[in-house]
Amino acid sequence: MSAYQDLRWGDRRLRRGPWVRGLHLDLPLLAGLLLLAAVGLIVLYSASGADMGRISGQVIRLAIGFTALFILAQVPPHYYALWTPWLYGLGLILLLTVLILGDVGKGAQRWLDLGVVRFQPSELMKVAVPMMIAWYVAEHPLPPARKALLLATLMIVMPTLLIAKQPDLGTALLVASSGIFVLLLAGVSWRLVMGVIAALGALTPLLWHFLRDYQRQRVLTFLNPEQDPLGAGYHIIQSKIAIGSGGLYGKGWLNGSQAHLDFLPERSTDFIFAVLAEEFGLIGILLLLALYLFIIVRGLYIASQAQNSFNRLLAGSLVLTFFVYVFVNIGMVTGLLPVVGVPLPLISYGGTSLVTMMAAFGILMSIHTHRKLLSS
Amino acid sequence: MTRRTPLKDYLWESHLFTSRAVVALVCVTLLLFAVVARLVYLQVISHEHFSTLSENNRVNIVPIPPNRGLVYDRNGVLLAQNMPSFSLELVPEQVQDMETTLAELAQMVTIDEADLQRFRIRLAQKHPFESIPLRLRLSDEEVARFAVNRHRYPGVDIQARLTRDYPLGMAVAHAVGYVGRINESELQQVDTSNYRGTNHIGKIGVERFYEGILHGEVGYQHVETNASGRVLRVLEQTSPRPGYDLYLSLDMALQNVAEEALAQRRGAVVAISPKSGEVLALVSLPTYDPNLFVNGISAAQYQELQNSPNQPLFNRALNGQYPPGSTIKPLVGLAGLEYQEVTPDNSTFCPGWYSLPGSQHRFRDWKRGGHGHTDLRTAIIRSCDVYFYNLSLTLGIDRIHKYLSHFGLGTRTGIDLPGEPTGLLPSREWKRATRRQAWFPGETLIAGIGQGYNLTTPLQLALATATLANRGAIMRPQMLHASRMPGSDTTTAQQPVVAGQVPVASPANWDTVIGAMQDVVHSPRGTAHAISQGMTYHMAGKTGTAQVFGIAQDAKYEAEEIEERLRDHALFVGFAPLEDPQIAVAVIVENGGHGGSVAAPVAKAIIDRYMADKAPAL
Repeated sequence: MSAYQDLRWGDRRLRRGPWVRGLHLDLPLLAGLLLLAAVGLIVLYSASGADMGRISGQVIRLAIGFTALFILAQVPPHYYALWTPWLYGLGLILLLTVLILGDVGKGAQRWLDLGVVRFQPSELMKVAVPMMIAWYVAEHPLPPARKALLLATLMIVMPTLLIAKQPDLGTALLVASSGIFVLLLAGVSWRLVMGVIAALGALTPLLWHFLRDYQRQRVLTFLNPEQDPLGAGYHIIQSKIAIGSGGLYGKGWLNGSQAHLDFLPERSTDFIFAVLAEEFGLIGILLLLALYLFIIVRGLYIASQAQNSFNRLLAGSLVLTFFVYVFVNIGMVTGLLPVVGVPLPLISYGGTSLVTMMAAFGILMSIHTHRKLLSS
Repeated sequence: MTRRTPLKDYLWESHLFTSRAVVALVCVTLLLFAVVARLVYLQVISHEHFSTLSENNRVNIVPIPPNRGLVYDRNGVLLAQNMPSFSLELVPEQVQDMETTLAELAQMVTIDEADLQRFRIRLAQKHPFESIPLRLRLSDEEVARFAVNRHRYPGVDIQARLTRDYPLGMAVAHAVGYVGRINESELQQVDTSNYRGTNHIGKIGVERFYEGILHGEVGYQHVETNASGRVLRVLEQTSPRPGYDLYLSLDMALQNVAEEALAQRRGAVVAISPKSGEVLALVSLPTYDPNLFVNGISAAQYQELQNSPNQPLFNRALNGQYPPGSTIKPLVGLAGLEYQEVTPDNSTFCPGWYSLPGSQHRFRDWKRGGHGHTDLRTAIIRSCDVYFYNLSLTLGIDRIHKYLSHFGLGTRTGIDLPGEPTGLLPSREWKRATRRQAWFPGETLIAGIGQGYNLTTPLQLALATATLANRGAIMRPQMLHASRMPGSDTTTAQQPVVAGQVPVASPANWDTVIGAMQDVVHSPRGTAHAISQGMTYHMAGKTGTAQVFGIAQDAKYEAEEIEERLRDHALFVGFAPLEDPQIAVAVIVENGGHGGSVAAPVAKAIIDRYMADKAPAL
């Protein structure tokens, strides 16, 4: 099958009906996201103890997120390429600003008060970094040359360090991985990848030196949660109890004792997966994972159908970063990974990252729906 | 820099991307499998383990302490009960300003430093929604004063709790004992699960001895709690089983009479029913208020009681060990008859002193001029020492020890009270073992008149007297008369226990000794003759005077010149009615002087009261 035919096959969708084409939305992806949002609200209803304040808050955020998705889907992707350097530059400046005069919230400097809204520049970077790397790498033939790789790495490291310094390890991790995914998808040689992994492994002890006390504690707690069952290990122990006691079929919606009797901490935000696992069991979790997998597969398909390298790399990176959210969150809640504050996409209660995520899907849809037939 | 043509670029890069995307998808799938494997481990393989942990989180077991059994005397007079007492309690999370509230509460009710300190310790330990007592046992006035102002103090309230109360207080303190807060070592001796929720335990007396049946069985509530321990609902309840109610053998009327008769003097009275071994009265004076101990006695109060020269906390009736003095002469006399070393007609000349052959040392008689020719009867009636010096020497310490052992001297009586001592009935073996010395004949003489090493408790004396009245049958002394299962109307009587039998060679010997004891009271020559005045029944008795202070050879004992603490103890044992003995009494008045004039009237008062109560039934 030639690329040309492939393109024509994809184009059939664009011709489906005037209203779908006009809206620039990818229906399977949208359906998956809406389904996920609905599941999220159902779980949140239970996890928050039927707190209507939280639920309406989440509904509003979802509305904002889907609006952002809708708006960004309308923008043709070449504009994104056009804005990329400016967006990235703005993001860096804002990160520096936040470091100098940002608001302190929960012991970290993350917020920038713009008078009307409080804004986390690091959220902007979740999109700006993969855009920048994709834009820069796509300028040159792929796979990127050594020099380009070096510069791209610098572009990833700068914002990552600024975010890590706030400190916000979770976001730094997501930003860094979004950039790295672009490089991996751009065709960096596997030998180099292995070399870097080996080098990082060797540098790990050095990294330990740079971690903050609470971050070290998290790693220690991850390695042995029973060491401090009432302190730092409490979260993970209670989370495992919630998940494990859910069993195959779960205790039923609104019947999770771990969640409803306050044993599970952060149960409507970072640990909401444990509520779902407790009340809906392994069956419920498998359905959720299937839904996530569907979105990821569809996203990767969209990326592979994109018409230029910038679009492809950006779309691919955004989808894989979405997976990182899922994996890091579930890994943390099930005790596979250390506790890193990463929400479960579209299920966790909470604002900014949800909107960013929906914006990313908006860009994805834009890339998919603005494809043109190559004129012969 | 050269660039490839756009078309070539597109195809190559698209191909490269697709292959990388496939690798990415494979990685994603593998990682998701890892997550699923983890979930299978948690939710399927370890499901049971985590379910248990989850249930342990959710369900807590709250103990419900049982109500302690009540204690009555044999006629149903209440001796120990559970009284609602009012305590001032605070729920910290509902109190807005703790310091101000505490300061203002101190204006209304007395709150001392110890209360505050205890409160602050608990405040740090307990959950903020749990009620913490600030003051226990509020007076009615304090309750009223706070009740008026209650609306001003949210989170502060008066709680009723059951606390042990001894309505008769001091009158039965030594017999009933008291409960107090459980300490660490006591907790190790009981079934801790049964004492979850119980704060008090029997410390002494009947309360301690019958702790096992007074306490009852704890009940449980299975409650659902949240993470901070707040009880949300009760899932299941097992009711506690209250403790048994006890009816003691004590007769409060006799108890009161004994106390009155002792009239503020230090001493002890034990009255036993010879036929059943039931303890009808157990008095030790001075006494104390057991209610002080229930919720923790203050250090100052305890020091006062502990350091008092009169030792009110000391249970003289049970634990006091005194030389029995002449009260054992009837037993020694009986030994002489039973071993056929004397007959009732043999007499000994009493010049007022006695010397061992080949010795200058004079063992004095209490009567300086002596009693002249004295037979056994007279020796008992007049309490002649010289007769018994002679008889003791004839019997020898081995036989005296053996015979008096039959009556329970030198061994625990087996009464249902804790902490009973053995007393001391000296023997050759005892002296060799403890003093590493040989027995001297002179010691046999003084042992024979109840002095020297001899030590007996008032209870032992009463039991020996009861045994004499029973003509040898030894009934184990019992504080418990009957018990009642909680919630039932029927009481179960405690059965008398025959503890042994003194071998009887000839019943006539017993008649002789008991007859002599009758004359101690009823004959004009008797040492306790004074009490026979107006007596409507016949009784047997024996006076005793126990030396506290050794008097130098040939010195004169002048009571008035000796410090009160060094004066002789006055003793009396007796039983009545002679024809069918129903009550045996032992009385000791510390430093009281002569048994006949001081101790005997106490015994008479009790027996009078006993006979008077008995009269209508007869």
